[in-house]
Amino acid sequence: MNRFTYARAEQVGDAVSAAMQRRAATFIAGGTNLVDLMKENVARPDHLIDINRLPLQQVEETEDGGLRVGALVTNADLAYHPLVEARYPLLSRAILSGASAQLRNMATTGGNLLQRTRCFYFYDTATPCNKREPGSGCPAITGQNRNHAILGASEHCIATHPSDMCVALAALEAVVRVTGKGGERRVPFAELHRLPGDMPERDTTLEPGDLITAVELPPGRFAEHCTYLKVRDRASYAFALVSVAAAVELAGGTIKEARVALGGVAHKPWRDRTAEALLRGKAASTEAFQEVAEALLQDAQGYRHNGFKMALAKRAIVRALGEAVSGRQAS
Amino acid sequence: MRGEATRIGDGINRVDGRAKVTGQAKYAAEFEAEGLLHGWVVSSGVAKGKIATLDTSAALAVEGVVHVLTHENRPRLAWFDKSYRDEDAPAGSPFRPLYDDAIVYSGQPVALVVATTLEIARHAASLVRVTYKTEEHETDLAARREKARKARPGKGGYEPPPKPRGNADEALAKAAVKVDAAYESPAEHHNPMEMHATTVVHEPDGALTIYDKTQGVTNTQTYVSNVFGLKPDQVRVISPFVGGAFGSGLRPQYQVFLAVMAAQVLKRSVRVTLTRQQMFTFGYRPATWQRVALGATAEGKLEAVVHEAIGETSRFEDYVEVVVNWSGLLYQCDNARYDYKVAELDVYTPLDMRAPGAVLGLYALESAMDELSYALHMDPLALRLANYTERDQNTDKPFSSKELRACYAQGAARFGWEKRLPTPRAMREGNKLVGWGMATGIWEAMQQKAAARAVLSIDGKLVVGSGTSDIGTGTYTAMTQIAASILGLPIADVTFKLGDTTLPPAPLQGGSWTVASVGTAVKAVCEAVREQVFKLAKKMKGSPLAQASLDEVIFAGGEVRLARDPAQAVSIAAAMRAGEAFTLEEETSTLPQLQEQAKYTRATHSAVFVEVKVDEDLGKVEVTRVVSAIAGGRIVSAKTARSQILGAVVWGIGMALEEETLMDHDLGRFMNHNLAEYHVPVNADVRDIEVIFVPEEDEVVNPLGAKGLGEIGIVGVAAAIANAVFHATGKRVRDLPITLDKLL
Ligand SMILES: Cc1cc2nc3c(=O)[nH]c(=O)nc-3n(C[C@H](O)[C@H](O)[C@H](O)COP(=O)(O)OP(=O)(O)OC[C@H]3O[C@@H](n4cnc5c(N)ncnc54)[C@H](O)[C@@H]3O)c2cc1C
Ligand code: SF4
Repeated sequence: MNRFTYARAEQVGDAVSAAMQRRAATFIAGGTNLVDLMKENVARPDHLIDINRLPLQQVEETEDGGLRVGALVTNADLAYHPLVEARYPLLSRAILSGASAQLRNMATTGGNLLQRTRCFYFYDTATPCNKREPGSGCPAITGQNRNHAILGASEHCIATHPSDMCVALAALEAVVRVTGKGGERRVPFAELHRLPGDMPERDTTLEPGDLITAVELPPGRFAEHCTYLKVRDRASYAFALVSVAAAVELAGGTIKEARVALGGVAHKPWRDRTAEALLRGKAASTEAFQEVAEALLQDAQGYRHNGFKMALAKRAIVRALGEAVSGRQAS
Repeated sequence: MRGEATRIGDGINRVDGRAKVTGQAKYAAEFEAEGLLHGWVVSSGVAKGKIATLDTSAALAVEGVVHVLTHENRPRLAWFDKSYRDEDAPAGSPFRPLYDDAIVYSGQPVALVVATTLEIARHAASLVRVTYKTEEHETDLAARREKARKARPGKGGYEPPPKPRGNADEALAKAAVKVDAAYESPAEHHNPMEMHATTVVHEPDGALTIYDKTQGVTNTQTYVSNVFGLKPDQVRVISPFVGGAFGSGLRPQYQVFLAVMAAQVLKRSVRVTLTRQQMFTFGYRPATWQRVALGATAEGKLEAVVHEAIGETSRFEDYVEVVVNWSGLLYQCDNARYDYKVAELDVYTPLDMRAPGAVLGLYALESAMDELSYALHMDPLALRLANYTERDQNTDKPFSSKELRACYAQGAARFGWEKRLPTPRAMREGNKLVGWGMATGIWEAMQQKAAARAVLSIDGKLVVGSGTSDIGTGTYTAMTQIAASILGLPIADVTFKLGDTTLPPAPLQGGSWTVASVGTAVKAVCEAVREQVFKLAKKMKGSPLAQASLDEVIFAGGEVRLARDPAQAVSIAAAMRAGEAFTLEEETSTLPQLQEQAKYTRATHSAVFVEVKVDEDLGKVEVTRVVSAIAGGRIVSAKTARSQILGAVVWGIGMALEEETLMDHDLGRFMNHNLAEYHVPVNADVRDIEVIFVPEEDEVVNPLGAKGLGEIGIVGVAAAIANAVFHATGKRVRDLPITLDKLL
């Protein structure tokens, strides 16, 4: 761990300008990811800006009937918030399938969005890693890649984004509110995280100094028909091998709209609107779900240890859509 | 209950439970000393080669850094390998930290930064720059199997495979029904909750008081004395509590070496604590390849057993464990052949981990037995019963006791085994496939030399001590219970002390022999005290016991009572007062009855029954029910005994489905070195576990008749789960762990 200075910010503006002043200044919220990375010398901030006192702790309804979630609302508070449980059970379930109760009590909404990959090499400074040390190489491509991406990866990085919450937010088409150099702006969820390309060191489209202030959810339309299915190596406290956030709006016997977001398969929560559109106007059926699954995975590429994710993802998609339509989440 | 004596076998709460849950129990890294310095280990990032440059200048420039120890500035150390050997060392040349510039495995300590605070040491450690001249390494067992060779024996307790009997290969070729398969299991790390740590207190006279995480204080004492050229009486080792070890504390690990070295060089007190990542840089359960071939008659009588195993070891030591021998002793079979080899890799030496060897050997053997049962269209339990043996054919000796039949019967009854549908995939529940599997377990019942001291004071308080350890097994509780029962005292009046080299010596805590060994010494020493008390009680003026002999009295409620008329009694305090004895003290050392024991094979047995549910589409396996029936001799402390088995079953679930240390063979480095990625079972993975102790009497194993329970509970569990998975899915997975991708 390197040496760093520490200051607590009281106002959003102060936090942002403090962050702008030093290149290696970093916000700390719950610290559940950042502190681990600091202990392993992966993150080496020279200055920590503690944002926990900022007035970003509220969950409020927006004028359009949606919900605004302050960046510092903890994962636990958000998952158990009555409005979230009632209108966005998908989000609630996704959060509760992640980490452990203790971690969820500390982890924040903003921090969850910006948590870093769980690639073993990224965490171990004795090994090369393009994401940690650009240009040093990607040993995961030929090494231990069971947890790695099958979609949207590049020759420079095949890491996945590990968040469960973000998979639900992607399906719900949340909007992220950011305050940065140029003031406030709204970033559609799909544009927050990026694919690795030739710049795997960048997980998101945010700029240095950008502070996430809130996440906004559009009005809930999927409360009746949604499911979060997480497939992992043990019953709890493990990152997803594959996860599926499925949400369906039904009209009569047919599907009006379907959303399918995948976790554990790419550098960002994965969606494919063309594939989702295949369900529009159709009656729910296993065949129809299979078609979507095939379409979503058609460009998938497996590596030595993660090829199984292709079949697994398809089956999980079919299962999740089935559960969403029937309104019965299995566990 | 105060006043009530506890009997051997009762289920009492852990005597140290309160201290543990209130944080009063102190572990090695929690002892303080004046001017304590903190060490932080710098680990090698490559697997093989030489240190080319080692630049400590930036680290030394940090305020608060006192010293950086490396191979270049280390003090003189012992020269001969012998000095580095410890009680659990295998044959070879033990690893010497910071000895020279050679790198022999990834994660090897290359420097120790010593500073006034932990934070400074940690920061400065990140500034140490090491470059290497790397050499080609090999860490993949699969790639080195061809080069495996016979292992050098030399490790304490290791038995090389027995000579073959009959002609197994011929019998196999001729057998009506046969199975022949290879089984693989990965490296696993012990990962106790408490990280390895040592606090060395440099006493004013130069002596060292060492608080160490260890399974044997004497082992650390001897090692430190030999390596650093100290007299044993200058080295006191203390280890009152150990936050789990599972074998990882059987050998002195490098943190104790480095802490002592720093304390010696600086003449200061020093603490070294390893990080979780560094917990993956010493011993582990070796990756192992096995082949089991079984031949049987059409009726299911075993005709041939062939069991071969290759385990990984380091370049410098031959770690050995008993993997294959069990196969010739568990079932009746006249033709048996074994082979056990090791393959040298550029890794650290493996280390005993709970039920070393047996847990692997029985995984393969009991999987193969299951495969054979399907080939024979025979119930797996019926197959075991058809080949039950009353004699150990490896040594041609009877068992000192063997209630395995009762384990099978009671376990099967409790589980409801008779309702099992024989065909795979026949049992279902919704979209889940249900599978039932079973396996047998076996482990040795051993006893070692041990010593204990007991002091009874006139106020009725008894203090018993022995330099053993309690790695969470319940030693404190079991020993307290044995002592209390012999002198008829309430638990609250008995204190047991352990983990201190000033106490009478005890063996390493391992092999499931602590109750058998230390318990026997405690029993003997308390009986000696009892005899003294009895003599005083008889001698008292007007004693109602004047005419009685020792076997006519009972000790209860702090009194010596006439058995046939308990009203006729003398209190212990009164007897001691009358005899002017303020304290009564005894020290005894007990040895196993080797001659008598040698006539028998002594073993614990188990039968494990498992139900799994498998999600057919997603491959997820849940272990919904386990019944473990144990024949472990006399149960000394019912509650801690049950805990041992429960914990072992949980670990068996992990071994079967989750645990695996993943190595990047290009880098020669273990990669999932944290508890987020190295998976062990969580609460949600653990459902119903039922433990049955079948009655078993044994007068040969030791005077307590207790066989030890530390290991037996895990043996067989992985096979029973793998067998249940096969029954559920029709898929035979022969490499552990059975992760869901293998079932898709
Ligand atoms: C053992 C373990 C298991 C886990 N398992 C799961 C799991 O199964 N599923 C899952 O989804 N997650 C899991 N997590 C991850 C957990 O959800 C994240 O660590 C957590 O959400 C991060 O939130 P935080 O507030 O603690 O972030 P911090 O650690 O404080 O910060 C993380 C990053 O975000 C930045 N940051 C934080 N807030 C803001 C903001 N408002 N604006 C701009 N930047 C900000 C920080 O600078 C830092 O770079 C696990 C974590 C651990 C340690
Ligand atoms: S996959 Fe990405 S994070 Fe992992 S080693 Fe490669 S570059 Fe680094």
